Amino acid sequence: MEKDNKNLLEIKDLKVSFFTPAGEVKAVNGISYSLGYNEVMGIVGESGSGKSVEAYSVIGLLQSPGKVVGGSITFEGENVLDFTEEQMRQFRGNKVSMIFQNPMTCLNPVYTIGNQLIEALMCHDKGYTREAARKRAIEMLELVGINNAEKRIDQYPHEFSGGMRQRAMIAMALICEPKLLIADEPTTALDVTIQAQILELMKDLQHKANTSIIFITHNLGVVAEICDRVSVMYAGHIVEQGDVNDVFYDPQHPYTRGLLSSTPRMDEVTRERLVPIEGTPIDLLNPPTGCNFGPRCKHCMKICLREKPPLVEVGERHYSACWLHFKKEDEQEEAET
Amino acid sequence: MSSERTPLIQVENLRKYFPVKGTNPFEKKKYVQAVESVSCTIYRGETLGIVGESGCGKTTFGRTVLRLYEPTSGRIVYDGVPIYDSEKKISVNMLPYRRKMQIIFQDPSASLDPRMTVGEIVGEALDIHRLCRGKKERAERINELLNKVGLNTEHANRFPHEFSGGQQQRVGIARALAVDPEFIVCDEPISALDVSIQSQVVNMLEDLQNENHLTYLFIAHDISVVRHISNRIGVMYLGQMVELADSYELCSQPVHPYTKTLLSAVPLPDPVKSRARQRILLEGEIPSPLNPPKGCRFHTRCPYATDRCREETPQLREQAPGHFVACHL
Repeated sequence: MEKDNKNLLEIKDLKVSFFTPAGEVKAVNGISYSLGYNEVMGIVGESGSGKSVEAYSVIGLLQSPGKVVGGSITFEGENVLDFTEEQMRQFRGNKVSMIFQNPMTCLNPVYTIGNQLIEALMCHDKGYTREAARKRAIEMLELVGINNAEKRIDQYPHEFSGGMRQRAMIAMALICEPKLLIADEPTTALDVTIQAQILELMKDLQHKANTSIIFITHNLGVVAEICDRVSVMYAGHIVEQGDVNDVFYDPQHPYTRGLLSSTPRMDEVTRERLVPIEGTPIDLLNPPTGCNFGPRCKHCMKICLREKPPLVEVGERHYSACWLHFKKEDEQEEAET
Repeated sequence: MSSERTPLIQVENLRKYFPVKGTNPFEKKKYVQAVESVSCTIYRGETLGIVGESGCGKTTFGRTVLRLYEPTSGRIVYDGVPIYDSEKKISVNMLPYRRKMQIIFQDPSASLDPRMTVGEIVGEALDIHRLCRGKKERAERINELLNKVGLNTEHANRFPHEFSGGQQQRVGIARALAVDPEFIVCDEPISALDVSIQSQVVNMLEDLQNENHLTYLFIAHDISVVRHISNRIGVMYLGQMVELADSYELCSQPVHPYTKTLLSAVPLPDPVKSRARQRILLEGEIPSPLNPPKGCRFHTRCPYATDRCREETPQLREQAPGHFVACHL
């Protein structure tokens, strides 16, 4: 991809496997991308496509039996995978932080919101006194749009509503001013009106704090709204990547096209039948030899079942992994066989 | 779909309150007002979509119409026969009606008994209603149902955990279809499924409706899906129906301020359009249904609220033909 030193994060050929009793599951199978400063990258995919696993390995939160088995993750020139436990701890929070789908899994129910915010801050920045940290925590809560922050700071997570908890979690993630925020389905559990509030908030904060964001979601609408670039993942591979406009208006990979045409749209004028992607996602324990999407693909060719397609550049900063892009050369071969 | 528009179900002033266990025995008993005076008519052959945020009472409404929850008060008429009327104290035995009214649940893995095979799950309804004579006919019927929803005959001997989420939902649909119903409540049937599977199930529901002349009450929080599948949409907020109209009219010309905000919050899979549009952001959160606001229930968050809204509850009135709105403005 782009050889540019200005990239905040560079992932090269990352492979993550889960070693389960039933066998090795290649959850992420060789993905590469780079993320610039102040950029929002969306990662879309269905459940099991490896989108979360990939993000967890960036922040070093991969749980056993998951293991990074290959590739590199470079953050501002340093390889994250070589970090010691202590370095990783400094890295997390200060440079990278994460927000999760369900805020209750992240917030401790027996500590007040304030306590948790102050703890996060004082852990990573030894210069803070408790009073100063508290002041900063209140500021942070106000920034994420929690009214009456002075009072709210002493409340427990259960006293907050779902949307407020998500706001508190964003405050906690951003309190150390990280350069990269990983958002793992932050709005999936929320109602649309609250989702809209949180998205507006994240856009706003992103401009103010100049944070890069990796935004993981399965909702194409959310991606269209907040992301600059998008990677579409299917079964551990990035099948298409590019600027949001390119991917949405000129999708190249059959899977991306399928996703877009199978989503009902609010702006459709006539009631058209949805075009679903037939079949079910593949079993990662026994992945096919060829293209992972091959068995469900309308345009599946012989080569698709034999070999995995490489990611090729189909436009400016627009990549897609599909044999269809090689079709011209392939036609000859097809004729022979 | 149907042009004759004969009403299949009429619901009048349906209420469902859930008592809340208080800690103080001397305190006045509290109720969650999950559904508060909802009236609507569901016509034969149509799909009525219900949208709203979590906690707005849409699921409770669906279940109360089926009398899976006993209504607190109101009147439900099915095909001209009142099956529940709190004033006339009518509450009929529901068993014969269960053959006509069925439900598809949200979470397919939770609604299928893990210790029963798929064949037993689908066949149970056939046994209860004595729809089959003999084992052979029963097995044939189960096969037919499984094929209808895109499963194979051999799947009948498997257990629910052997299926993916989409397939489990298909089993749930086959079970609902087993008794050959006229009316199905689809309670968020696709929200637990993956995006690429959702459209498969939506298409299947549409096909089944055309083949079997079904009437759907389609409950979901995803407005784009509801708009796609429904003929009419009802919008609920805090237990009340605030707007009810033809689905395309509702989405293009919403009248109620809540509908407007709800629609503007839906993310569009179109980068230019979604960034260009002006979004109406609501302040605050949904009030507790334990203690709903007086007057219009939306007035605490409504940008246009007046004194009248704070005092007087607006009724659902027909503003344009077939377009019902509950708002003073």
